[in-house]
Amino acid sequence: MSNMTRPDPEQLLRRVQAEDEFRKHGRLKIFLGYAPGVGKSFRMLDEGRRRRLRGEDVVVGAIQAGPSPVIQEILRKMELIPLKTVAGVPMIDVNAILRRRPEVCLVDGLAYDNPPASAHAKRWQDVEELLASGISVIGSVNLQFIEELRDEVERITGREVNDTIPLSFVKMADEIEVVDAPADMCKEGGVMLRPEATPADNQQRLMELREKALLLAADVVDHQLETYLQRHGIEQLWGAQERILVCVTPRLRASTMIESGRRNADRFHGELFVVYVNEPDLRPDEHASLEGNLSLARRLNAQVSLLESEEPIHAIMEFARQHGITQIFIGHSSRERWWHRLRGSFVDHVIREAEGMDVRVFPN
Amino acid sequence: MPDASPSSHRGLLKIYLGYAAGVGKTYSMLQEARTLARQGVDMVIGYFEPHNRKDTIALIEGLEIIPRKRIQYRGATFEEMDTEAILRRHPAMCAVDEFAHTNVPGSERCKRWEDVQVILDAGISVLTTMNVQHLESLNDQVWQVSDVRVRETLPDWVVKQADEVVMVDLPPTALLNRLRRGQVYGPEKAQQALQNFFKESTLVLLRELALRQTAHQVDVRYVEQEEPAATYPDHEVRALPATNHIVQPSDRILIYVTADPSSAMLIRRGRRVADYLRADCFAVSVHPDADLRRMPAAPRERLEKHLNFARNLHIETRLLQGENPAETLVDFARLHQVTQIYLARARQALRMPVVGHSLVQQVVRLARDMQVTIVAERRRQPEH
Repeated sequence: MSNMTRPDPEQLLRRVQAEDEFRKHGRLKIFLGYAPGVGKSFRMLDEGRRRRLRGEDVVVGAIQAGPSPVIQEILRKMELIPLKTVAGVPMIDVNAILRRRPEVCLVDGLAYDNPPASAHAKRWQDVEELLASGISVIGSVNLQFIEELRDEVERITGREVNDTIPLSFVKMADEIEVVDAPADMCKEGGVMLRPEATPADNQQRLMELREKALLLAADVVDHQLETYLQRHGIEQLWGAQERILVCVTPRLRASTMIESGRRNADRFHGELFVVYVNEPDLRPDEHASLEGNLSLARRLNAQVSLLESEEPIHAIMEFARQHGITQIFIGHSSRERWWHRLRGSFVDHVIREAEGMDVRVFPN
Repeated sequence: MPDASPSSHRGLLKIYLGYAAGVGKTYSMLQEARTLARQGVDMVIGYFEPHNRKDTIALIEGLEIIPRKRIQYRGATFEEMDTEAILRRHPAMCAVDEFAHTNVPGSERCKRWEDVQVILDAGISVLTTMNVQHLESLNDQVWQVSDVRVRETLPDWVVKQADEVVMVDLPPTALLNRLRRGQVYGPEKAQQALQNFFKESTLVLLRELALRQTAHQVDVRYVEQEEPAATYPDHEVRALPATNHIVQPSDRILIYVTADPSSAMLIRRGRRVADYLRADCFAVSVHPDADLRRMPAAPRERLEKHLNFARNLHIETRLLQGENPAETLVDFARLHQVTQIYLARARQALRMPVVGHSLVQQVVRLARDMQVTIVAERRRQPEH
């Protein structure tokens, strides 16, 4: 994380502001929760309230039905642009908000579907329109409404979800903030649960959802960091995530290594890469063993890459540096040759070259 | 928080985890303290650091505060949490700011987390705050990212023992704005902070670390709650993301400790990996003479410091007697069904000119039947 000339924060701020001016685009901030009742709406409104105290022009564009007494208390001090109801379905009043032109609009429940035949089918598309017209939006959404996570969440909760927002919308937010709370604090979380299951089972489900929300936020943050580093021309030398690289060869029984790589990557919630440096003229048995290893890697959702190079170690190290690898897994060659004693084996060379990374050597 | 009524049981511990000063840890903790007090929980403030933050100070209004204890040290007066007074008052629950704080010399206990252990043991539940960079096992990584060696650390097992760990999140841009508005530090300190720790890329990385750490804490807790699952042989690992909840035949990690300074980093890394893999972890050191007293004083002190450090992180340590460290280490590993040996990577200057003679190479060659992990030196590249 160094070797970089970092501009001072004021300079950074000016640059970011300049970019924003240029884009004339509102900023989007999303509060992400893992279940109803963790307190997203409260946090969103609380931020709106504080911004208003600081002199920003804030309105409330949407709030969920049946607000708690605490929320009602905050709402009394805020300006509301009421939802309009079309065919019995509530939707934000985009035109009224555009006419009012606040600096910031609060929009609860980003995943709601609009009534049929509306200008936009989804509330988040209304939000895009507000953003495009230069109004900043602070919104809230629960994990289960993210389209890409729908299957996983349904597996956990056994409940079908209809209204969703795409993950890309969450990822393009300028800011995302996790609303975290212990599973047993989440009073209305019961909505998410299976009535037939025991309380302990349901508690487990909430914890699983909570973990997913935290990891999703970590991924979004990771993505933002990459963008940030690129924008400022900084080379990333180190990340917060474990990234494991397994090196396979045709002569290696690599299945233990690949499986261990998968298990380690999962435990660290990290990423798994498998590389093979192409060698010409493989024997049929070598070819078969290689194919076996690579197909196992793909089955275990590793990111598999074939490298072309005359110098395998050089190619592996370059790949490792480019991908921010933190751990390299290699195997002993099947037998030790006499020249290894003199010049060092493949393993010796990898250990020597792998500056800044852990190297784990596996039995063959 | 579940049941917080006074009882003979150990108190519950809840940690508000953040990634920097100013994200709102103390604020969140006091907000919950207020809510619980309003609900009738017998709540006191054991220690609170106001930092001149108006919003936060407003929150303690109406809450009972246990006065701090004054301690004289080198002619100056310092204030610390009065643990004994808290025990005498014996509330159901107590809010304690800055979990990782180091007490001034002359205090009953060195660290605030040790005070908290005493309070918990007395059956009082505790709400407390800390940053992710205070975790011992992350010390090297945090230093790499921020160029700051965090001195006030606490062992990971203390956090693992907590009943709840909650992430207090705030996007770095919002934190930087707070800092510029003077809501975190006074003007001079704010300016200093902006130039050092509070660089945006540093904050983003620390935030990601905190999110992942909290996810890990949730993971640890719900795995513990699950019934002891059957063990699966390696080849049954499934491709689904759910694999992280299969209990594997447990890994056993053995850390090779020497007097070399790299040992501290090796111990932290080994501990961290063992925690994530739910592996057993122990540390050994090898010497020709089992009696360390016959060792020269300087390296002996360093070695003892390392072994002590390992024990503080709940790693069992052993001193082995042997002429050949590599052979002794590998024999011990085999005898104790170790699955992974952890070694530090030899530094450039110390590397043997002849291939095959360094300890790393000897161990790698001897331990062909187990995994050997050579841990990289985490260091900062020269800045300019």
